[in-house]
Amino acid sequence: MSGLMVDARSVRKSFGSNEVLKGITLSVEQGQVLVLLGPSGSGKSTFLRCINHLETINGGRIYVDGDLMGYRQVGDVLHEMKPAAIAAQRRHIGMVFQRFNLFPHLTALENVIEAPIGVNKENAKDAKQRGMKLLERVGLGDKFDHYPSQLSGGQQQRVAIARALAMEPKLMLFDEPTSALDPELVGEVLNVMRDLAKEGMTMIVVTHEMGFAREVADTVVFMDQGLVVEAGSPAEVLDNPQHERTKAFINSVL
Amino acid sequence: MNEDDVVAKPLRHPWRWISGVLVVGVLALFIFSLYSSPSVDHDIIVKYLFNAQILNGAWLTVVITVVSMLIATILAVILAVMKLSPNPLLKLVASAFIGFFRGTPLLLQIVFWGYLGIIYPTLTFGIPFTDIVFIHGQTSALIPSLAAGIIALALNEAAYSAEIVRAGILSVDGGQMEAASSLGMRGGYTLRRIILPQAMRVIIPPMGNEFISMLKNTALLEVVAVLELYTQATMISAQNLAQVELLVVAGFWYLVMTTILSIPQRQLEKKYGRGFNVTTARSRMFGFGKKEVSA
Repeated sequence: MSGLMVDARSVRKSFGSNEVLKGITLSVEQGQVLVLLGPSGSGKSTFLRCINHLETINGGRIYVDGDLMGYRQVGDVLHEMKPAAIAAQRRHIGMVFQRFNLFPHLTALENVIEAPIGVNKENAKDAKQRGMKLLERVGLGDKFDHYPSQLSGGQQQRVAIARALAMEPKLMLFDEPTSALDPELVGEVLNVMRDLAKEGMTMIVVTHEMGFAREVADTVVFMDQGLVVEAGSPAEVLDNPQHERTKAFINSVL
Repeated sequence: MNEDDVVAKPLRHPWRWISGVLVVGVLALFIFSLYSSPSVDHDIIVKYLFNAQILNGAWLTVVITVVSMLIATILAVILAVMKLSPNPLLKLVASAFIGFFRGTPLLLQIVFWGYLGIIYPTLTFGIPFTDIVFIHGQTSALIPSLAAGIIALALNEAAYSAEIVRAGILSVDGGQMEAASSLGMRGGYTLRRIILPQAMRVIIPPMGNEFISMLKNTALLEVVAVLELYTQATMISAQNLAQVELLVVAGFWYLVMTTILSIPQRQLEKKYGRGFNVTTARSRMFGFGKKEVSA
């Protein structure tokens, strides 16, 4: 089964009079990895947050697996969705944040099983078993009972990935997942993400890790000032950029 | 043992000793002055300390405090959420409630509820503009003075606690809400399972304060003749004219109750402190840092 997992059409977003997305059109096929690059303030994180409707959009449409996000379209008329319907849409989209955002009052395992039990009404025993497997999969089989404050940044981010995976998402969004980490901890998180990509997870990753983009991405998109400047394979965009702005950015990062 | 092990003489704290001696001295003088005062009859104090009327009053004080505080806390959470809601009407209603109950004296509110029967002699609960009536009767029968007292204390306390709860909710990082949303959690669930448990850390210490205040404020219910501790003490002293002695008796029991009721606070703080490392530079500076993460 193949098809478009994410289909964003001319997405516009303003904060007050400041237009941060000026018409973003891009798509991700099922099982593909798209890496979003761009200088800070280019709108890449905002765009990511629009995909799961953490931010409302002012123009355009975003479809995830064929579903219009955040709105119901009846004929030509758009209706805002009820919070419950939006929550239901988000269940299938995992998100990993720059600052982890683990629940500090819950242990690693409790973090992972909170949503499966509370939201999906999964039975506690099954959820626990699955949660342990997920934590083992991200290399934290010995940290079930640790609280986030007892874990390193890299370990916390891996718990956060396991927590998102516990909802069995069809799409994973990564918002600068390694930017808040000490340099020596970046690798362990990227390894988990690399494995995830190999297993066929559809992913959109905002990152400054060029090595990861080159190795894992199917498509690299370079954004600047709320617009897509350039998109293509890693070889095209990273090694042979066509636009001055892309060239300048890649030179500054390398 | 190594050559360079740190073997240092501990820092001396002479002022701790000097101030300690001073405090004990002042306290001893105070107790002695009370004891030696000719106008205080010790036998009366001893006689009434475990008097049945006094003990009943103390028990009722505890009941009123706990019931009022429970109602107040539930209302406070509702008010705090209303005040933080994007709905302007809910916000306005909550702000008006808080403004009204914080802005008038508690004593006035107690008297108002106590005298409700004068303003509304009968009360009817039903569906307006229909003949459906659930309850109908004399106000004084439907709301006896005890209920009036509890309503007054609870509503007033709710207004204060609402701001404490709101501060607690605001103290939780915004990323928590986002993470919960991204997992498909809805507002009410997120509040209950993610936000409030974290907010409790900030809420509990000031709420402990409020609890103690509430216990002492029950004495104000004397004006509507609720038979709590202070009312009982004044009723006895009105007969035997031993005002000071009965104030000492009442004061003793208030101290006992506030001391005992402070104990659960520590348990609650421990429960909601789990996962939060308390060894911070600040707590170490004041010398009460713990080394372990409380679990």
